[in-house]
Amino acid sequence: MPAGTLYRGREGMWSWVAHRVTGVLIFFFLFAHVLDTALVRVSPEAYDQTIDIYKNPVVNIMEYGLVGAILFHALNGLRIIAVDFWEKGPRYQKQMFWAVCGTWVVLMLGSFYWVLEHTLRQIFGS
Amino acid sequence: MSSTIENAPKIYGGGPSIEAPRSKRSPRSTKTNFELYSWLFMRLSGILLVVLVLGHLIIQLVIDGGVSRIGFAFVAGRWASPFWQTWDLIMLWLAELHGVNGLRTIINDYAERDQSRFWLKTLLYASALIVLFTGTLVIFTFDPNIGQ
Ligand code: HEM
Ligand code: HEM
Repeated sequence: MPAGTLYRGREGMWSWVAHRVTGVLIFFFLFAHVLDTALVRVSPEAYDQTIDIYKNPVVNIMEYGLVGAILFHALNGLRIIAVDFWEKGPRYQKQMFWAVCGTWVVLMLGSFYWVLEHTLRQIFGS
Repeated sequence: MSSTIENAPKIYGGGPSIEAPRSKRSPRSTKTNFELYSWLFMRLSGILLVVLVLGHLIIQLVIDGGVSRIGFAFVAGRWASPFWQTWDLIMLWLAELHGVNGLRTIINDYAERDQSRFWLKTLLYASALIVLFTGTLVIFTFDPNIGQ
């Protein structure tokens, strides 16, 4: 069977597109992230100044977006693995896709306050 | 879907192609099991990355005030422990190799000319060497007293 046929059409195709887009996004973040972490070898000041960027409210919101991308890629990745290795996987792939979406929404709502706490405190004080 | 044959594979120019049946030249990819191992690696590394990366995100962004407390002193505290050094090292290698392998597939899918494929992959592998080398070096040579 040619590679890729399993994931085409409707939910399958959109989850495939989203999986690809999130994977590329995380990959580019990782490149920048290893380089920013490498500043610990330059000086504590250089590292702290760069990490301050992560504490900027706009960047903090982007971090929430990164969390969303990783959560989707991870949950959907587990679904792909289940489709490939679990004998009933292909039959339930559509239900599993909606389970991925549901779990994603719950985890995004649950992490909203914690990930953005830094920004919320800056805006609303205390 | 409007197409007559649902789920039919689309073959784009330049992508991995299917040879005509009984053609004399067998496709190069069948000579080794490389694609099979890379397929398996994507799944095994994916399972491990769920724990490693989500654990990392919970530590960095959720508990104890999240991003507010990150700084040189925080990293020094974490890398004083061989456990977190090992965690970060395994996460570095697995995430980078998983990502590079995924991007290799994407380049194969979209870059049609042999030349553009060659240069995109050269760029990809060069970036991977930089990331793996720098990341590994930083974990092994970290010095908490560098400022003094
Ligand atoms: C915005 C979210 C993130 C923050 C705030 C963050 C923060 C940090 C910090 C402070 C370190 C220093 C060492 C430590 O404390 O463990 C680190 C290292 C590391 N992080 Fe992250 N991280 C984030 C997301 C990620 C993601 C999504 C990945 C994987 C795709 C990742 C992979 C790594 C790796 C591989 C290292 C070790 C770097 C090296 O070897 O020099 N991080 N991160
Ligand atoms: C969090 C846990 C993760 C899981 C469970 C996971 C799982 C998977 C799986 C199962 C695939 C499909 C491979 C295939 O179709 O043959 C995949 C593809 C991919 N992953 Fe991940 N992955 C994870 C983390 C990451 C990270 C951290 C990165 C970036 C550094 C990444 C980047 C990619 C890319 C670029 C692809 C290729 C997408 C494509 O071919 O359409 N993944 N992942």
